[in-house]
Amino acid sequence: MTEMSEIAPPSWPTRPPSATPPPVPTRVRIQGDTAADALAAGRRPSLPVESVFEVGDVSVFYGAKRALAGVSLRIPRSRITALIGPSGCGKSTFIRSLNRMNDSVPGFRLEGSVLYHGHDIYASKVDRVEVRRRIGMVFQKPNPFPKSIYDNVAWAPRNLGLRQGLDERVEQALRGAALWDEVKDRLKSSALGLSGGQQQRLCIARAIAIEPDVLLLDEPASALDPIATASIEELMHSLKGRFTIVIVTHNMQQAARVADGTAFFGLEAVDGEPTGTLIEYADTETIFGAPADPRTRDYVTGRFG
Amino acid sequence: MSEGPFDPAAPLRPTGNLRRRRVVSQVAEYGATAAAVLAVGVLAIVIYTVLARGAGAISFDFLVKGEPDGIGPMLVGTAEIVAIGTLIAAPIGVLIAIYLTEFGGGRLSGFVRLTLDLINGLPSIIIGLFVFGLLVNHHKQSAVAAAVALAIIMLPIVARGTQEVLALVPESMREASDALGVSRWRSVLTVILPSATGGILTATILAVARAAGETAPLILVDSVFDGKEVSLNPFEVVPNIPVKIFRLSEEANPEAITQAWGAGLVLLSFIMIAGLGARALLARSKARMAG
Repeated sequence: MTEMSEIAPPSWPTRPPSATPPPVPTRVRIQGDTAADALAAGRRPSLPVESVFEVGDVSVFYGAKRALAGVSLRIPRSRITALIGPSGCGKSTFIRSLNRMNDSVPGFRLEGSVLYHGHDIYASKVDRVEVRRRIGMVFQKPNPFPKSIYDNVAWAPRNLGLRQGLDERVEQALRGAALWDEVKDRLKSSALGLSGGQQQRLCIARAIAIEPDVLLLDEPASALDPIATASIEELMHSLKGRFTIVIVTHNMQQAARVADGTAFFGLEAVDGEPTGTLIEYADTETIFGAPADPRTRDYVTGRFG
Repeated sequence: MSEGPFDPAAPLRPTGNLRRRRVVSQVAEYGATAAAVLAVGVLAIVIYTVLARGAGAISFDFLVKGEPDGIGPMLVGTAEIVAIGTLIAAPIGVLIAIYLTEFGGGRLSGFVRLTLDLINGLPSIIIGLFVFGLLVNHHKQSAVAAAVALAIIMLPIVARGTQEVLALVPESMREASDALGVSRWRSVLTVILPSATGGILTATILAVARAAGETAPLILVDSVFDGKEVSLNPFEVVPNIPVKIFRLSEEANPEAITQAWGAGLVLLSFIMIAGLGARALLARSKARMAG
């Protein structure tokens, strides 16, 4: 088991995320208090304001099988955090645990705590639909609805009651996903006619249309060609600052290019079974430049296995 | 060279027991083909017989006039009974399918599925007796009673058929809508059902085709009519085709037998057209989901 103290949260550079910060759209107020609200109300927040997630000693089980053991880390606000590591080491399980997407997997059980702005998202009274409304997710394979481009983006706002200014909201989301110029003349045509890279950017537009707090990206570029991948990466840079982004990637150059902090997951023997766990977590330069753990070094330099 | 199970340099003719295995395989193939041809043959013979014997009875008067010249009121009555039955069975059946694929899990779903299959296997005369005891005994026969009996017959067909097409909607659609913080019911209404419309219609049409020809329950719950004119009040007895065919076939007069074949032809055409339409719709909706 990894102790919290062994993996200190990385020290973040204090520079602004980018030289020219993107225009911040008016945020829709989401119910529930934030750490800042808690401070204003005179209560001591349980987290420093800059952390979005505080994950404490999380283990995940599928039935009797332990998929993830003793993961503890903090995910800072408005930064990009990358999760890297070999296949089958629990990265996807971990990221899907952050917005309770694993709940529908039969036999899923989680131990430890996942605090989101100080609230345990696995507490009994927490509504997982509300969790996902604040913590959006984009999947490995683009999964647009069999609807028009416009309806794909407008679908969630409509269902969440954000009907006012829907056209502007759709345009903002498509601009935010760097897709507007390519599709503005064919908003009514089917989303299934777009290329893979465009579909994935549409899925990102669909996710940011409801202005979530966090965007979880589970290998968003792994099914795309290098050009589409480059456009997704560019997009992530422009989204940084507006959203907290957590990304799972198999592509280490991608992690090195886009992420502020990087967590390296690997396999470790727990009760005699190889189990996914967090090996090392630091800012990206450290992980790729001077990793503390020899396993991290072997992996990032391509000498793994 | 001679140590191996076969000589790799020998000509490529059957060796060892391949000759025997080939005969067995041929016999099995011919048997399966013959069975398939038999099924097509049975359908062809039935259609041919009904056409040959019933075509003579068909005329405009036969389709629109009442007793004793035609089956007009019976046609209207059957349409009414089946329509009411569909109005009862389709929404419940679709909801059951939604429960099975979207909300239910594990053991209870399995039990519901088993129950549907058992209802599907219930002899229709038993359903007729049940509805007779429930709605007709001490009251009177009515179109509503007939519709309830047909709805029970239709329910498992609609539910199982719809469940199968809902299961074809990719899991990634559900993940996508879950990840957007929209409740499952909204996703069902606006994403899952729309992409399965074709399949749901197909299941419903198949159920309609099956219900339209059901005779046994109607004899018990909706059979005392004279069929002289159209009657639409669902709380009264309404004339219908299956009972009419049954009655005509019991008469000794050859003209009545011809009329029975004619009415059978009308019913059969309706069911065949409905079935083919259902297949076409299903094919279209599957192609759309795959695209």
